[in-house]
Amino acid sequence: MFGVLRGMGITFKNFVASYFLPRKPNSLETGGMVTLQYPEERLPEKERFRNFPFLIYDTKPDDLRCVACDICAKECPPKCIYIVRDNDEQGRPLKKPKVFDIDFTVCMNCGICEEACPFDAIFMDHEFEVGGPERQQSLVYHMDQLLKPATHFAKIRPTDHVAIEEKRRKEAEKKRAAAQAQPKPPEAKPPQA
Amino acid sequence: MSPADAKSKLEAKFPGIQIQIINNALLMKPEDLIRVVQFLKDSPEFKMNYLSNITAVDYVEYLESVYHLYSIENPPHSTAGPIVLKVRVPRDNPKIPSLVPVFRGAEFQEREAYDMMGIVYEGHPDLRRIFMWEGFEGFPLRKDYTPEDADVLEWEDVEWLEKHGVKVPEEYKQFARQLKDAGKEARAQKPTEKEI
Amino acid sequence: MIDEPVLHDTDTLEVNLGPQHPSTHGVFRMNVKLEGETIVSLKPIMGYLHRNHEQIAENMSYLGSMPYTDRLDYFNSMSNNFGYALAVEKLANIEVPERAQYIRVIMAELTRLVNHVSVIGFLLNDLGAFFTPILYAFREREKILDIFEEIAGSRMMCNYLRFGGLKLDLPPSVLDRIKKIVQGFPKFLDEFEGLLTKNEILCMRCQNVGILPYDLAVSASITGPMARASGVNYDIRKIDGYSIYNRLKFRVPLGKVGDVYDRYMIRILEMRQSVWILEQVLKEIPEGPIINPKMAAFAKAPRNFKPPKGEAYGRVEAPKGELGFYLVSDGTPQPWRYHVRAPSFINLTVLEDLCIGHKVADAIIILGSIDIVLGEVDH
Repeated sequence: MFGVLRGMGITFKNFVASYFLPRKPNSLETGGMVTLQYPEERLPEKERFRNFPFLIYDTKPDDLRCVACDICAKECPPKCIYIVRDNDEQGRPLKKPKVFDIDFTVCMNCGICEEACPFDAIFMDHEFEVGGPERQQSLVYHMDQLLKPATHFAKIRPTDHVAIEEKRRKEAEKKRAAAQAQPKPPEAKPPQA
Repeated sequence: MSPADAKSKLEAKFPGIQIQIINNALLMKPEDLIRVVQFLKDSPEFKMNYLSNITAVDYVEYLESVYHLYSIENPPHSTAGPIVLKVRVPRDNPKIPSLVPVFRGAEFQEREAYDMMGIVYEGHPDLRRIFMWEGFEGFPLRKDYTPEDADVLEWEDVEWLEKHGVKVPEEYKQFARQLKDAGKEARAQKPTEKEI
Repeated sequence: MIDEPVLHDTDTLEVNLGPQHPSTHGVFRMNVKLEGETIVSLKPIMGYLHRNHEQIAENMSYLGSMPYTDRLDYFNSMSNNFGYALAVEKLANIEVPERAQYIRVIMAELTRLVNHVSVIGFLLNDLGAFFTPILYAFREREKILDIFEEIAGSRMMCNYLRFGGLKLDLPPSVLDRIKKIVQGFPKFLDEFEGLLTKNEILCMRCQNVGILPYDLAVSASITGPMARASGVNYDIRKIDGYSIYNRLKFRVPLGKVGDVYDRYMIRILEMRQSVWILEQVLKEIPEGPIINPKMAAFAKAPRNFKPPKGEAYGRVEAPKGELGFYLVSDGTPQPWRYHVRAPSFINLTVLEDLCIGHKVADAIIILGSIDIVLGEVDH
């Protein structure tokens, strides 16, 4: 009998204590779970949180960083990325995608596309409220829906943004230095598919 | 214990047994498997009384069943493992004696290997498919297995759909009939190396 | 006057428990034959969640399978990552830097806390203590999952380990928070035990139910807390001493009877040992690189990673038992063969032996005490 009573004492203690818990969206401070009124109140987003990928552009949507190299599409474990390279009028391949689709019904949020991308063009977003009126077409996101500015990235992941900007600046400097040292660079070959 | 030691000890115990060392594993004939495992389990020298893992591998020319044995006795027995045993059988007649009489732990793992690779473990008390459903054809983990193309309707699918009152478009029907007349099934195309 | 009792002819009744049944922890079916309410035969039927994990992995680069291993035992994605990384490191002979080893052990032990604390909660749910113990357990679990989210980006599908190290270093100040959790954990365990351990109802329902004898446990390849509850002194952390476990001090708790109560108690004791391990690791964690520089080069091109021809079997002590990965490489970017030794799948071998002679309600708690996750059982 004593064991049951002791257990009841513990539940009673917890019941009373639950009225004095600080209502903060932090499990460590509140000592566990606390109910938040979700759409109005939200948990703070962790910086490394990853959900679905997005494509990044620097200033305007036309000069996106993606060069349609197809690496992310090849590395994607569930193969949810579909890329078609753009051509110019003469039919020569351009360094940008014509079609860039991601099937969010297939994507499993692993973040391998972000890791594999050599141009820092695709990143995992914090957006998790993704929905559609039906199950197929509305969840295949096209390029115009996936494109987001670099300022968005700077907002959601400030630490990574600083590191990546630093890295890109260094690369650009190196390129400029190489261009100065060698005034006539050889014609750049289009990257192999 | 190194595989070479284990090999020499087994050869001393069973004269005439054929054992090869491949990748630190002992390759033996299927008919020797049970007595070797029983000996490894009971002999005070080995005490390999814990069958950790059974799996099968398809090497295209033959199928191979792999056994990892460890010991649950105190050290030094427990740290001596694993002793890896291998048995090779031809693809068209893959039969290996079952280890269930020696180790109960082989029961589900052998069923899994049978389900996925089609190795028949003779003497298994209940050798049925474990993950795939009854009536499933083929063995999915064999290298020559191609899955059914779920996007293409076959003639049986058309019949089933029409019986249940679904109207099937004429072009699908025609294609299904063509498949049936040609005696083919809709199989998914494996992606070519270039696509990957 | 009392009527003479009429003797009816009784038949055995065949009942399907599951696959859609809350007590089966997923889509698991038990085909039970009953004599009255006593079980005379029980056949587990699985495969409802089968997705041929092994075939998917054989058509994928080595790294590509890493996020899929998260989905095996979705409670313990860090341990699954650990097992897979260990197998690949054995296959390709990769060294792991010191700091990465320490962080891996921290993650593995935190995962063990998450798993054990929630499995006890679910076991109590099966017993009828509806949701009070599990919510207490989930309060602790929540703290740890928040840490996982902060480190790896996801609460459950962590995908954090890489071959030869880790994906990212720990963010600043997270170690302090882990320390705080570890410090508070024994207090929580005391409270949890006060709620449960001596509870008469729990004792009556669990003691001498579903006894797993030592010999059967060894012969049926049972591993993990379930085997140790039957007195099998086998902990791969001790035996193999993989990663840095050979340098750490901890004890392996063992049960005597092997019933459901022992399995509950072993998990509590193992959590106390995990806390001890965490305290040691957190004290000694060194600075340094988190990934082998040779492997860091493959981060941008996982398909260039081609282990040499050969085979390897890597195993870890996952919270549910021995989790092993058997890999055969043919020198290409994809494994020729990838096999998972799923602990909760093999632990189910003895389910029938444990349940025969008990009542239906006992079968539910025996299943709960085996601790299965269907993602792993059906892989």
